Amino acid sequence: MTESFPAALTGPTSKERKYDRQLRLWAATGQQALEDSRVLLVNSDGPLGANSTGVSGVVGVEALKNLVLPGIGGFTIVDPATVTESDLGVNFFLEEESLGKSRAEETCRLLRELNPDVQGYYYSKHITELLHDPDFLPRHKLVIITGPTNRSSLGSLTQQAQRLGIPVLYVHSVGFYSTFSLQLDAEFPIVETHPDPETTQDLRLLNPWPELADAATAFGDLTAMDDHKHGHVPYILLLLHFLEQWKQSHGGNPPSSYKEKTEFREFVRSNARTDNPEGGEENFDEAVAAVLKTISPFSLRSSTREIFEMEQCKQLTPQSADFWVIASAINTFYNTHGVLPLPGSLPDMKAQSADYVALQNIYKSKARRDVEEVTSTIRQLESQLGQATPQILEREIEVFCKNAAHIKVIHGRAVPQISSDSDLTTLKAIRNQLNMEDSLISVFIATQVLDAVVDEIQSSGQQEAQLSVDDEALWTSHTERILALLSRDQPVPLDVDVRGAIANAIMELRRAEGGELHNISSLTGGLVAQEALKVLTRQYVPLDNTCVFDGARSRSEMYRL
Amino acid sequence: MSQQGRWKHLYKVMSKPGPYCDDDWVPGSDTIDTLESSKILVIGAGGLGCEILKNLALSGFKDIHVIDMDTIDISNLNRQFLFRQADIGKPKAEVAAAFVEKRVKGVKITPFVGKIQDKDEDYYMQFKIIICGLDSIEARRWINATLIGMVDPENPESLKPLIDGGTEGFKGQARVILPTLSSCIECQLDMHAPRPAVPLCTIATIPRQPQHCIEWAHQIAWQDKRKDDTFDSDDMEHISWVYHAALERAQQFHIHGVTFQMTQGVVKNIIPAIASTNAVIAASTTSEVLKIATGCNPYLENYMMYAGEEGVYTYTFEAEKKPDCPVCGNLARKMDVDPDMTLGDFIESLGERAEAQLKKPSMRTEEKTLYQRFPPQLEEHTRPNLRLKLRELVENGEEIAVSDPAYTIDFRYRLVFK
Repeated sequence: MTESFPAALTGPTSKERKYDRQLRLWAATGQQALEDSRVLLVNSDGPLGANSTGVSGVVGVEALKNLVLPGIGGFTIVDPATVTESDLGVNFFLEEESLGKSRAEETCRLLRELNPDVQGYYYSKHITELLHDPDFLPRHKLVIITGPTNRSSLGSLTQQAQRLGIPVLYVHSVGFYSTFSLQLDAEFPIVETHPDPETTQDLRLLNPWPELADAATAFGDLTAMDDHKHGHVPYILLLLHFLEQWKQSHGGNPPSSYKEKTEFREFVRSNARTDNPEGGEENFDEAVAAVLKTISPFSLRSSTREIFEMEQCKQLTPQSADFWVIASAINTFYNTHGVLPLPGSLPDMKAQSADYVALQNIYKSKARRDVEEVTSTIRQLESQLGQATPQILEREIEVFCKNAAHIKVIHGRAVPQISSDSDLTTLKAIRNQLNMEDSLISVFIATQVLDAVVDEIQSSGQQEAQLSVDDEALWTSHTERILALLSRDQPVPLDVDVRGAIANAIMELRRAEGGELHNISSLTGGLVAQEALKVLTRQYVPLDNTCVFDGARSRSEMYRL
Repeated sequence: MSQQGRWKHLYKVMSKPGPYCDDDWVPGSDTIDTLESSKILVIGAGGLGCEILKNLALSGFKDIHVIDMDTIDISNLNRQFLFRQADIGKPKAEVAAAFVEKRVKGVKITPFVGKIQDKDEDYYMQFKIIICGLDSIEARRWINATLIGMVDPENPESLKPLIDGGTEGFKGQARVILPTLSSCIECQLDMHAPRPAVPLCTIATIPRQPQHCIEWAHQIAWQDKRKDDTFDSDDMEHISWVYHAALERAQQFHIHGVTFQMTQGVVKNIIPAIASTNAVIAASTTSEVLKIATGCNPYLENYMMYAGEEGVYTYTFEAEKKPDCPVCGNLARKMDVDPDMTLGDFIESLGERAEAQLKKPSMRTEEKTLYQRFPPQLEEHTRPNLRLKLRELVENGEEIAVSDPAYTIDFRYRLVFK
């Protein structure tokens, strides 16, 4: 009895309590993935010009803050700068005593205070020095680079990371603007995309398997039921029952057009009892509301079809990642049955407890049988691929089957740049955006000009140390050069409005002379950390591939560049 | 310490016009003086509040006040970065204020440990801008109604911009409210509908989900077996008892999935929260505060929603001011009702109706009191009305005034029969 419940505390561990609010989003598996990850932050790479010690790197430190708090395994800060007075006005992870010390060391120390479970490392060096050690980069699961950074450091870092399959986030936060791009592998698969639960219901009402069809007929004669029983038939069984009746009067066909579905809906509604004390029946209301959403034949989403048609799915090798082996087995399942494995979840509905649980068991056991079938295909594939023992965990197969309708593969691209050797796809995407009214792509272009200006200052060496990041001539020449690149091989030159939009973005950007505003860096640090979490946990869907935030007009846009 | 050196980046932006500034905006030292002398109130020192305090201090504000009634819990540490393990149990407002004051030299942060309802109009009148990082709709509605009530058309200083932020998991929103001039929290109430409650009969007689078993243990079994103990959702022994009671009921009905974590989630109505979403929303609100205080760029008009589950999605739009808003409008809000519903059921339904969300309403028409919870004599006198149908009490299209102990104002609704 309830009085005899043990009073002993059987509650969660202190770690589960500390991370409770996030475990509800990515569960223990996501948390484990975070704890197994070390993140590299390359936070500055030399002065931006006269009287400058370089990027203040607030956005990078703010991003790390949002990763240290939820408990990534560790982080490394690479930053050759020393702390100056102006850092203290914008960076929260520095204090008075930090003045004149290594910024890498000080930010690392104050970030570590946030979470004793996280390891922190720092190097007061240029990243190029560290890249000489071939073991340095592979220690990390993700790289965040704060821009502007010169072309050669950026190039060697992003290329090495790409070869090693390490994702990169390249971030700018300047004045009221920020931009960032995510570089992922050419194929970046995600199983747990966490779609909106409303869109994931798969009830198979038009093609019930035998046990489900039997459950609908086993209910017997609806008209003979007393009011209580009639009002508690689960709506799924009601719909199956009335679908059979509809088919009998419609040549064996279920309602298919919108018009037929609304007719069917009225037919269901007309069978509800209204002469009872409540004046209606909740289960019938639920059935009526579900008609348009659930009475549709199964159809494979185009994103899933594309995955099935990819070479990696069709041509497995002993090196194939688990994702592709499971995807291939599920493709076999789809080819055999014309449907994906049943996810097996059932929404709540008005019903007696025992009837609901019985119906739920019909869905669950069908889902279990589907997983078994997929598993046996996988075991065959594994042995064909020369694996003596089963490699893929059953839990992994189960999760995949449950999410099969919503799996996703992102086709990662390199960090986009506007330069003479730019990818044509990037240039084309930017040109398309330029034709959109109010597009924020002009902000991306402005940060590209800033990168070019800084690159020239940094590569000009000591004798040009007088050059400033606000040098008018540098800005004019690089703006014209980049605009020329954008209109290269184009029949018509850039339109006046487009040039005006770009000029405005550059003017707003230059207000800050390369400096950061704390709010914009903090906001962007939040967005960047969000992407990092999605990449590291392989849950939810990361950015593909560039985001611009405009703090002057409080809005953002995404582009695939 | 050189102010120029320390605030170099901020001062640069404040000293040059941008393409989106108003033409008559004057950059330079006057704007900077205005910024540094603006007194700001932060409501809430939790996930958003910690970020907001940091952001304001590093945006150049020097005089900041913060209100929060809560103490620090272990589950705050995954995002409320001004708190450490050793701070558990201490008041959030005090710890947060002390931390930011120590880290950012020259800022003064005045904490108040208590409820916003403890303070009167004179208190709120001293601030230039009020910024909210709350998890309670009720507190938002209270401050919204209070600030709207304070507006005196003769005195522009009485109009206090309210910047509000909110998050849930990977989602959130930031909004700017100019009391009486733009859409207010109450105008937008139906955009934040409460989750529908599970009907009591399901919980009591036909549970189907693990959550139903937990609700039974929490609402019914506790009352039955331990009515002398006041249930405390922070007491692990209490949660543990509810968990075991729920588990036993679930086994009886062959329902799977009751866990300790779910039990806590249901009884405490836990909303998932992470540092990164809080950072996005908090910084979005403080960026608007900086723009309003200085005029250095146009401020948000008036709503930005953010969703981070799939890429980075934001949607910025202007929510409409509603002429029938019970707080800032002058018309009664239309409410469709079933005339055969009893007054008791109608009163019950107001807690869940998106446009009302009133948990303990009392109500009257122009002529008569329909139901009044207090004083007891009046309650007794009006109680028989609860069993009457609406059509027996009001005319189709008649206006009613609804009061609720959580709010200082009356809400006006016009009941239209379905």
